[in-house]
Amino acid sequence: MIKAILIFNNHGKPRLIRFYQYFAEDMQQQIIRETFHLVSKRDDNVCNFLEGGSLIGGSDYKLIYRHYATLYFVFCVDSSESELGILDLIQVFVETLDKCFENVCELDLIFHMDKVHYILQEVVMGGMVLETNMNEIVAQVEVQNRMEKSESHMERMLLRRHLEPLSPHSHELG
Amino acid sequence: MALKIVKGSIDRMFDKNLQDLVRGIRNHKEDEAKYISTCIDEIKQELKQDNIAVKANAVCKLTYLQMLGYDVSWAAFNIVEVMSSSKFTYKRIGYLAASQCFHESTDVIMLTTNQIRKDLSSPNQYDTGVALTGLSCFVTPDLARDLANDIMTLMSHTKPYIRKKAVLIMYKVFLKYPESLRPAFPRLKEKLEDPDPGVQSAAVNVICELARRNPKNYLSLAPLFFKLMTSSTNNWVLIKIIKLFGALTPLEPRLGKKLIEPLTNLIHRIMSADRSVYIPFLVARVRTKGESMSVLKYVKAMFVFVVKYLGLLAMSKILKTHPKSVQSHKDLILQCLDDKDESIRLRALDLLYGMVSKKNLMEIVKKLMLHVDKAEGTTYRDELLTKIIDICSQSNYQYITNFEWYISILVELTRLEGTRHGHLIASQMLDVAIRVKAIRVFAVAQMATLLDNAHLLTGNVQRKGICEVLYAAAWICGEFSEHLDNPTQTLEAMLRPKVATLPGHIQAVYVQNAAKLFATVLKSQEGNTDSTAAQETSQLMIDRLPLFVQSANLEVQERASCILQLVKYIQKLQQKDVEIAEEVIALFAGELNPVAPKAQKKVPVPEGLDLDAWINEPPSESESEDEQPRAIFAKEEPKHSRPRHTEVDEKELAKRREARKQEQANNPFYIKSSPSSQKVYQEAPGVEHIPVVQIDLSVPLKVPGLPMSDQYVKLEEERRQKDRADKKKKEKKKRKEKRSGRGKRHDSGPESEEDITPAHMVDIVTEEMPEVPSRISNTISPSTLWVFDDKKSSKHKKKKQKKEKEEKEKKKKKKHHHHHHHSDGGGEESVQNGTVEEEEPLPVSRDGPDQVNDIQGNLQDGSQVVVSVIFENKCDSFLKSMEFNVLDSLNSKLQRPEGSGPHDGLTVPFQLPPGQSNVCLFVIHYLLFVVVFPQNEDSSTHEKLDFKLHFTCTSYLISTPCYSDAFAKLLESGDLKCSSVKLEGVVMPFHHLLARICFRHHFSVVERIDSCASMYSRSIQDHHVCLLVKTSGQTVSIDAKCDEPTLLGNVLDEIKQTFSQC
Repeated sequence: MIKAILIFNNHGKPRLIRFYQYFAEDMQQQIIRETFHLVSKRDDNVCNFLEGGSLIGGSDYKLIYRHYATLYFVFCVDSSESELGILDLIQVFVETLDKCFENVCELDLIFHMDKVHYILQEVVMGGMVLETNMNEIVAQVEVQNRMEKSESHMERMLLRRHLEPLSPHSHELG
Repeated sequence: MALKIVKGSIDRMFDKNLQDLVRGIRNHKEDEAKYISTCIDEIKQELKQDNIAVKANAVCKLTYLQMLGYDVSWAAFNIVEVMSSSKFTYKRIGYLAASQCFHESTDVIMLTTNQIRKDLSSPNQYDTGVALTGLSCFVTPDLARDLANDIMTLMSHTKPYIRKKAVLIMYKVFLKYPESLRPAFPRLKEKLEDPDPGVQSAAVNVICELARRNPKNYLSLAPLFFKLMTSSTNNWVLIKIIKLFGALTPLEPRLGKKLIEPLTNLIHRIMSADRSVYIPFLVARVRTKGESMSVLKYVKAMFVFVVKYLGLLAMSKILKTHPKSVQSHKDLILQCLDDKDESIRLRALDLLYGMVSKKNLMEIVKKLMLHVDKAEGTTYRDELLTKIIDICSQSNYQYITNFEWYISILVELTRLEGTRHGHLIASQMLDVAIRVKAIRVFAVAQMATLLDNAHLLTGNVQRKGICEVLYAAAWICGEFSEHLDNPTQTLEAMLRPKVATLPGHIQAVYVQNAAKLFATVLKSQEGNTDSTAAQETSQLMIDRLPLFVQSANLEVQERASCILQLVKYIQKLQQKDVEIAEEVIALFAGELNPVAPKAQKKVPVPEGLDLDAWINEPPSESESEDEQPRAIFAKEEPKHSRPRHTEVDEKELAKRREARKQEQANNPFYIKSSPSSQKVYQEAPGVEHIPVVQIDLSVPLKVPGLPMSDQYVKLEEERRQKDRADKKKKEKKKRKEKRSGRGKRHDSGPESEEDITPAHMVDIVTEEMPEVPSRISNTISPSTLWVFDDKKSSKHKKKKQKKEKEEKEKKKKKKHHHHHHHSDGGGEESVQNGTVEEEEPLPVSRDGPDQVNDIQGNLQDGSQVVVSVIFENKCDSFLKSMEFNVLDSLNSKLQRPEGSGPHDGLTVPFQLPPGQSNVCLFVIHYLLFVVVFPQNEDSSTHEKLDFKLHFTCTSYLISTPCYSDAFAKLLESGDLKCSSVKLEGVVMPFHHLLARICFRHHFSVVERIDSCASMYSRSIQDHHVCLLVKTSGQTVSIDAKCDEPTLLGNVLDEIKQTFSQC
């Protein structure tokens, strides 16, 4: 099981947090800080695994992370997950983000946290890996985005229909 | 209606959306909290509107704020509203918010059941998908129970997208509502063979999670998984299946054999593919017998790949079942200790534990000791230390053949800086000294040296943990004092006034064991014709013990006063020429035998004693039941005799407990339960309250006389060789004798485990009945009263200081070099006097205390220097209390404890009897001291002693160890300016010369070759200073390099001055 997925930047600012076990908000922030502290002091050329901090369950849990440019992607998992598998999953997730945002960068994550969540929901569900095939993930995300677009389009049409009869009336008034 | 819609839509154009919120927060970096609170107010307004689009937008923003750590649970109801929107866009926002902030105790979840059920059966598969995703995060037992059937039908939905989500969520449902497992299981099993790989993988995932909790129930699925493993190409599924087999094989050994072939095929297949990285965990999961050798081949291959970490992890798993096969990879693992990645080093350490044998223990520990010296982080060093001790002491010291070596390893470990495992080392010392009789002579000698050099251990707050070792040292020296070479000297060492700064429980041991030592000394001296020696010893005790009688620690006080009276009585008898030694010794006579933990059971119950019978009639039931002696007869009695106890429920008990506490709190005669002996010590105005940071001598402390473990390694080798030769000889003899009768006999060949005979035997008392201890120990028995002070030294608030200022100050000081003077003593104070041992006799013209000082940069904080001040009482009166104060200036400040005002002085943590001296260290940046001495006794006059301290350039150097390669790199870098100086007529051995530079100027030796040495130090501002010191005859030439030319010149001047004085 995956216990938490954290994305933060080089300064420890959270960009996406997803806990699959309940922690109160202030505890969540403490965990982010602790994890950032653990991960950020490691060189880029050392291995990607370390034991979890004390707040999130100590050495029963492993932190598996990857560092991309300005962002850290950290997965906190228990012993039933394979370390390299999760490492691979992070790669899949990031590649998916790259496809969906077309050259993803930190700004995309900052301004579209909700969209990142929707993508993540297609990869991991309730702490368990749902799908690892990137094409499948991208396809599902795109269908849902299309649905959203058509809904907002319909709303606009509706709005216009209501506005049109109004305008001659207001013109008369003027 | 139309108007309303239009109005809502137009309003929305002016609302902030998520992007605006994020942008706003980024633009308000200074007053972020304020900005966010206005945003939250806006959001609250938006949530009050009827328009669902506005609400959804607000909820979306709340989700973002939740990530920043704001509690948004107050909007839970609005989130439910948005979830129930008919539009997918809003529904998705609602479910996302719910999954981020709902949890089991969120009460509005109850309201969602029907909404979720509706969404699950929605014709739109994405509505269903969103509901499932959301539900997976906040499912509660109630929801699981109500929705289990709906989800079960979804498991056979036509769309694979829904099927896989439904399968995965079943695991969560099982967790919350276990009854659903039985009816759902057949369908789950069916999904293992689903045509869609996604659904298949989800089903494998769920079953693996279930099997992890209870593998037995899933053995029947093994054939199915076996088929999946050979057919599936999905790596995720493979990983999970192999994990599952890892859990199943211990239960069904036959499975392991069957797995060998497909697994090897799999490994080969994956090896050839680019997914080579997957090998290790394939390997790690398999713990069957036959194939461990082939597995090892792959594990070794993995080191070629960069996945050392996983390789080590895999090895540790194999080690559990096949220790022999891993042992051959010792070198590989030792190499990993050099890895710069801490994760890898820690894993490698774990492995070493299982790999030691009698043969390689010394070698491995020697390597570890090297790492201890090199290790940087204290956590890693501590880890190494515990591992060394773990490795050596495992299974009753099974692998130790030479305990002299082990004791010297322990003594070497005491020299570690900043370790908090002092008590661990101490308990090992005690354990070994008590159980290995043959080692006692050696141990006692070592401990005596430790006691003699106690100042090295107590010198630093950083090293506070290590002073626990003195506890063991004192006890061993006292208990086995008959082995001491020079008991008088040790007695002297144990009664030094500085002991009073140690923690209370250690002082107590000191006092008690001083008495034992006294007895031994007395005995040896009484044999002589001259009785004055014995009387002198008694006098020493009488002189020194009062210091302990005044101790704030009750235990110390009690013991000291008791022993003081005893000694006084002995002295009286001595004056009458009565031979008393025998009787004194009888006080402490008798051997303290180790007792096995289970020994008590074997003591036969005397006849006529019924342990189960009531001593008094059980009190009547109406009395407060909690007061009854439940704890004493906890196991069976109370349950039988008074079954009512079990009926008292938790609530009732808690209530009573509360009431009793209340009563106790109001009762002035009741001692509250909390304060332990340790606390008492804490509250006393002890050392801990003074912000003392002591000199950190990071120059390796090689105390002459302390052993080096290396020599034992050599000795041991020789001993073994001899042993072997002896054995061979014997064997030859035997063979000669029986030549006719026997055929071929194995030559002893390579040394086997059993051939190594231990040099000492450990007293391993585990089961057999020991002799009943012949005396009840009148010392603190180490096992019973072992109180550890685990508290970390209180961190003092560090006061920051502008570095530039300090630099200026440094230069200013340089100019005022000759202005310093001792305002009171009037004698010239040498710039850098030594510590206590090297204290130079000061020409003091008046009575009054005197100070000598040493100034050194503080390792932990570049902006601080540590000053050690020696207070020496040259007058006749007893100084009851002293205060130390400094007038803070712009550039300097005395480090005071938190909460005290800027003009408060620091109380010096000891009292000074006439003619004695003591050291105290202060953390300061300062210019001027004021020391106030209230001279108590009859007059309470306060005397003030002003003096000035002088900072030299080298005070700001911090001796830092440097490795020769780093040193060479530094010299090659070319950023350093060069300068040199020649000293003529220096008549002292080269190593003295080096030691002097190290000590006076805070350098450390990098490398030494014959009469040439390179040295290194750095200033608190990280300027490197490198020295090359050469000597030929009486000429010493020093070439120096530094990146700061003025600093360089000043340092050289100072070194020159030091040697011109001698």
